[in-house]
Amino acid sequence: MAKKPKPLSKKRLHEMYRDMLRIRRFEEKADELFMAGLVKGAVHVSIGQEACSVGVCSILNKDDAILTTHRGHGHSIAKGTRLNEMMAELLGRSTGLCRAKGGSMHIADVSMGHYGAHSIVGANMPMAAGIGLAYQLEKKKQVAVVFFGDGASNQGSFHESMNLCAIWKLPVVFFCENNSYAVSFGADRSTSVEDISTRAQGYNAPGVTVDGMDVVAVQEATLEAVDRARKGGGPSLIEAKTYRFFGHSRGDPHFGPYRTEAEVNKWRKRDPLILTENLLEMTKAEKNAHLENVDAEIEEATRFAENSPMATLESALEDVYA
Amino acid sequence: MRELTYVDALNEALHEEMQHDKKVIVLGEDVELAYVFGVTKGLKDKFGGDRVRDTPISELGFVGAAVGAAMAGYRPIVEIMFMDFIMLAMDPLVNQAAKLRYMLGGQLSIPLVVRTPGGGGVQYGPTHSQVLEAWFMQVPGLKVACPSDPADAKGLLKAAIRDENPVFFCEHKMLYKRKGPVPDGEHIVPFGVAAVKREGTDITLIGVGYQVQNCLQAAELLAAEGISAEVVDPRTVAPLDTATLAESVRKTNRCVVVEEGHLRSGVGAEISAAIQEEAFDYLDAPIGRVAALNAPVPFEPALEDYVLPNAGNVVEAAKKALGVIA
Repeated sequence: MAKKPKPLSKKRLHEMYRDMLRIRRFEEKADELFMAGLVKGAVHVSIGQEACSVGVCSILNKDDAILTTHRGHGHSIAKGTRLNEMMAELLGRSTGLCRAKGGSMHIADVSMGHYGAHSIVGANMPMAAGIGLAYQLEKKKQVAVVFFGDGASNQGSFHESMNLCAIWKLPVVFFCENNSYAVSFGADRSTSVEDISTRAQGYNAPGVTVDGMDVVAVQEATLEAVDRARKGGGPSLIEAKTYRFFGHSRGDPHFGPYRTEAEVNKWRKRDPLILTENLLEMTKAEKNAHLENVDAEIEEATRFAENSPMATLESALEDVYA
Repeated sequence: MRELTYVDALNEALHEEMQHDKKVIVLGEDVELAYVFGVTKGLKDKFGGDRVRDTPISELGFVGAAVGAAMAGYRPIVEIMFMDFIMLAMDPLVNQAAKLRYMLGGQLSIPLVVRTPGGGGVQYGPTHSQVLEAWFMQVPGLKVACPSDPADAKGLLKAAIRDENPVFFCEHKMLYKRKGPVPDGEHIVPFGVAAVKREGTDITLIGVGYQVQNCLQAAELLAAEGISAEVVDPRTVAPLDTATLAESVRKTNRCVVVEEGHLRSGVGAEISAAIQEEAFDYLDAPIGRVAALNAPVPFEPALEDYVLPNAGNVVEAAKKALGVIA
């Protein structure tokens, strides 16, 4: 049994709330910049899923690894990714984390243990196994956490990686954000099980389903899985039932042919920010203070990005080879 | 000089590089016992089960894991039992390994070697006989080596393992048991440097991988008829040393390119284009191309021989380029 988590201090929970708010406000800004035509390509916001990002990353050390997905802003921010350089990447600037070669779907900040957003669905799981293998060989107590969605749990890479991590007892936590939809295809039709966590049984690994809107529940489940991984107990699968409040991508409508407005509104009542505000019995003044503080940071990041030079054409041919 | 088989030369490179750098690890199906072709023999006994591991039959999973280990500072060497199986791992190799450094703005590099035997001639049929270097040489971020003899096998593999970039390393089943001289001591063959494997004056035969052996055999047959053929081996097709290839053609004025893959969009097409760009005024005849016929590689020996190129095809193409036959 993992040690019982210590009850969260109010201060710590405030910090976690603040991180969730940073994600929310960053993504609202990213969406706004996208709709204004300033961010090109695709933007997949994770608004509604912030408790997953923060609950997991609140347990991790800087030298633990995360790997995320095309919907990875939240995980990136929660792991400590530099906001200025992240916003610069979205805006295609030379100061961007990936020098404007990756964009929103490929954010990475290796210096912070963020091994990348990987936008081929499911591609990040074998890589997480490999990073776990490196940690095991180094005999360090680091762990790798890989985020993926319900859709990715149907990829062969999920099953191959779970098996590999299980047979080698690799320190990897598989964190599935089940937001019920792979683009427009409902998990109830795409996936053979109701609780994706039960798939862990096939790999002789522990699997648990948690409320993905409850940051404390996510943190507790992660603590247990990370603890097991650090002790050589191998992989775990955590499934967090969560919901994206926005459409799939690129300013898609928030509801439409595959889900109803009523369904979205039902989930919005369980907004992870509101749940945490309630838990903290947050006053209006406290809320405003958080918001002011966070907005100043997002404004600064936006200013930094907008004031940075565009990437040079020469840079398009750099970093192809080491 | 001492003689080693191609397998033993590769094996020696692996032993030396695992000794040289403890970050080098070996993953693949049945590598612990070196059960299939023997390239990894003795590694587990010497370097232990942490660094030399059998993987389950899950190419996507273990090639992806090798990419991850490379991201975290290791230098994995992955064996793909038959080159054809790499298609199960195209995503980690082509979408991830080749692009990660670029996509992440240079934040990390992927020092990965995927080594794998390709080629026909052993009656394994359509899904165990392909050579795929033409596919991978197209991918920015990948390097592709095709050693044709034991010395290059050893020297190129050592260079591949020390390279900071992902390398697709094409071995050949028909070469594994062939013997050849291998220099003593540290022997590293740099990428992007072609080698003249036989000097000649009348025509240049450019071979890729095992087809270099067919070119050498063809050169012998041509010599018996008084034709002096030069055989040039690019050794790596990405990067491709077009300067050395063109230099030979400027001397002989005629050229045939020989590969085991298919003609359409093949390595020969790329090499021919490069030569006409660099040495057009020196060409006295169209560049000949010899490749597999446009069919999968069939099982039955006579059919397989018919589809795959041989020394006779090379002789015929050379004579056409020389105007000896129509």
